[in-house]
Amino acid sequence: MDNSARPARRVVVTGIGVVAPGGTGRAAFWDLISNGRTATRRITFFDPSPFRSQVAAECDFDPIERGLTPRQARRMDRAAQFAVVAAREAVTDSGLAVDPARTGVAVGSAVGCTTGLEQEYSVVSDSGRKWHVDNNYAVPQLFDYYVPSSISSEVAWDVGAEGPVALISTGCTSGLDAVGHGRDVIAEGGADVVIAGATDAPISPITLACFDAIKATTNRNDEPHTASRPFDRSRNGFVLAEAAAVFVLEEREHARRRGARIYAEISGFATRCNAFHMTGLRPDGREMAEAIRVALAQGRIAPTEVDYVNAHGSGTKQNDRHETAAVKITLGEHAYRTPMSSIKSMIGHSLGAIGSVEIAACLLAMEHDVLPPTANLHEPDPECDLDYIPLVAREKRADVVLTVGSGFGGFQSAMVLDRRSA
Amino acid sequence: MSAPHVTGIGLLAPTGMGVEQYWSATLAGACGIGKVTRFDTAGYPAVLAGEVDGFEAREHLSSRMLPQTDHMTRMALVASDWALADAGVKPDELPDFAAGVVTASSAGGFEFGHRELEALWSKGSDHVSAYQSFAWFYAVNTGQISIRQGLRGPGGVVVTEQSGGLDVLAMARRRLRDGAELMLAGGVDSGLCPWGWVAQIASDRLSYRDDPARAYLPFDTDATGFVPGEGGAILVVENDVRPGARSYGTIAGHASTFDPPAGSGRPGTLRRAIENALADAGADAAEVDVVFADAAGVPELDRAEAVAITEVFGPVPVTAPKAGVGRLYSGGASLDVVAALLAIRDEVVPPTPNVARLAPGIDLDLVVGRPRHKKIRTALVVARGYGGYNSAVVLRAS
Repeated sequence: MDNSARPARRVVVTGIGVVAPGGTGRAAFWDLISNGRTATRRITFFDPSPFRSQVAAECDFDPIERGLTPRQARRMDRAAQFAVVAAREAVTDSGLAVDPARTGVAVGSAVGCTTGLEQEYSVVSDSGRKWHVDNNYAVPQLFDYYVPSSISSEVAWDVGAEGPVALISTGCTSGLDAVGHGRDVIAEGGADVVIAGATDAPISPITLACFDAIKATTNRNDEPHTASRPFDRSRNGFVLAEAAAVFVLEEREHARRRGARIYAEISGFATRCNAFHMTGLRPDGREMAEAIRVALAQGRIAPTEVDYVNAHGSGTKQNDRHETAAVKITLGEHAYRTPMSSIKSMIGHSLGAIGSVEIAACLLAMEHDVLPPTANLHEPDPECDLDYIPLVAREKRADVVLTVGSGFGGFQSAMVLDRRSA
Repeated sequence: MSAPHVTGIGLLAPTGMGVEQYWSATLAGACGIGKVTRFDTAGYPAVLAGEVDGFEAREHLSSRMLPQTDHMTRMALVASDWALADAGVKPDELPDFAAGVVTASSAGGFEFGHRELEALWSKGSDHVSAYQSFAWFYAVNTGQISIRQGLRGPGGVVVTEQSGGLDVLAMARRRLRDGAELMLAGGVDSGLCPWGWVAQIASDRLSYRDDPARAYLPFDTDATGFVPGEGGAILVVENDVRPGARSYGTIAGHASTFDPPAGSGRPGTLRRAIENALADAGADAAEVDVVFADAAGVPELDRAEAVAITEVFGPVPVTAPKAGVGRLYSGGASLDVVAALLAIRDEVVPPTPNVARLAPGIDLDLVVGRPRHKKIRTALVVARGYGGYNSAVVLRAS
């Protein structure tokens, strides 16, 4: 399963757009994570006091200020708003003139328009009093919330894409898998350009409640700014977040012909199911290791060539050990020499969006020759014994970067970015 | 590149559970649409649905699975069992990581989500199920099927509303080209609860008629919308036909396009999706023996589809067996793929139930009334998803 036939059509990234906690836009995002600041805080969107976990990484985001019309802002769920704003930044960054028929869209999202759905549910059910909810109180856009493919529709309409369009929803690996899907579509010739990325805006009561119920999120409510602690001995769950990141993916020759600035090539991508448990992980990390192995093989990259690993690093007990094991299986001794960090320590875990936000972090790290740190890592778990770049960013040139993701449903994904071939 | 084979089918439809029951009802033009029984529709303008009758999850799944699954996931799990059995595949005999799962979803496990929203809003967060974190989300069927069948290969989930039932086959084909040996692929959907119903009513595309034979009439002069349904199909897709196994046909081509927004002045892109799918299959339009239409049941959408089909093919037999089951969201296109494969197998085009008089401007050779016997080597299936999605798949006899 090595996909030994490397596709003739290779895929590069030529534009980046980000909406993340701590500041909208890729510059603000990079400033935050390269300085090791955190954007986690006590939830402000509603009163979180009934919930076990009361911290989150929220975006201070005003859709009108970010260029959406009042009509768009009213129509779109917050997740769609994020995606459209990030897509615009990416297209502007790339300098691309969109050819509609040859341009596709792939947006990842784990929970789609869940915030809009819950708001509308509270109205039509009279705050949960009526099982037989009342359609007379439903807004027209309720059906758009019902089918989250409305998010990728909004992005496609906004950028003018008329090629293959899809929402990819594989839980918390959606952000990697959507970009992988975009790469697939270009590689097989369905498009020359795919606007690909991911978005989630899940900070709503039902999301808090569902993670409370299985204690997946941290209850470190008294220390919200340092609540996300990947790889630290004291970690006790992830911090919920919202975000989006969107890229312009382009067939390499297409990008070269127009003289585009190329961030890196997407040289490998693979995903595997663990077929084990909807929320649990096998401790040995074998399925993630298999995804990493195949992604490296696709890019013809030896494990020793990997300069940096962007970790899933959610800060749950089981995840951080699981992926540490997976990286050791695949990189061997080189794992101990390879810096690896989790930006979730700073901007939390935005479910399906985070995989794309982490790709953005990798591309910006390559551009700036700086690796973002793992904040709040003071005392590593003895079972997490790799170089996690604690607290402070590190100046280092990284040409080959591996980024991984893991999620509910058993999805394990890995992507390799290479700027030598770009 | 060789086209992958469909070697197994598992399905649940409003006209029957299992391939042969569904197919004989489809050939007979049976109608599986009826009054909604799953919940009380009093006060709602839409009262009909295509429900899968007689599906008792506890007959097929362990009691441990029931509290953690939505109705649509239970049907998808059973469909995956039947598909593997039909293909004669025992997953544990396959090499490690060689087989995976891709599914399409439209709205996730909405009924499960409704119950948990009610628990939260009426009783408080302590009353929300420990399974809510995954039971409603769009990835749940892929995850649960992979666990049940022990498939550790590639996973994927595509959400393009009705188009998803075709797009998921393209996703399976990619993974087979990457090196997977077998993929389970398909869509199964259901949103039959008051909360799902109100959301679907908001689309303004549902038929509000109460006569099951007159409510969903695609291409008919009397079309006023569609009747939603539930169910779908899971297919086993493989690069090669194992010795002793059967192929229902090959997935020869796929393409998808996206329509510009209403009012943009730009033309729709369905025709290009069909043409690109033919090109992907290396097929000439004249080779196509039958078209399985998307059949929205909404007059302007019906006209647009009829125009696209006529422009590409000229006269060609067209059918929409989904008029007998309703629109099943991502399950609908998967079921149409099954109908097309069986049409190839049995050399017969199933009819479009209930439709009698084509609307003005719809110049199609729509197969109605009774099945039409003819040799079918190549079939094209069209699906459109709400919000601009167009997909087409070309299927060929093996």
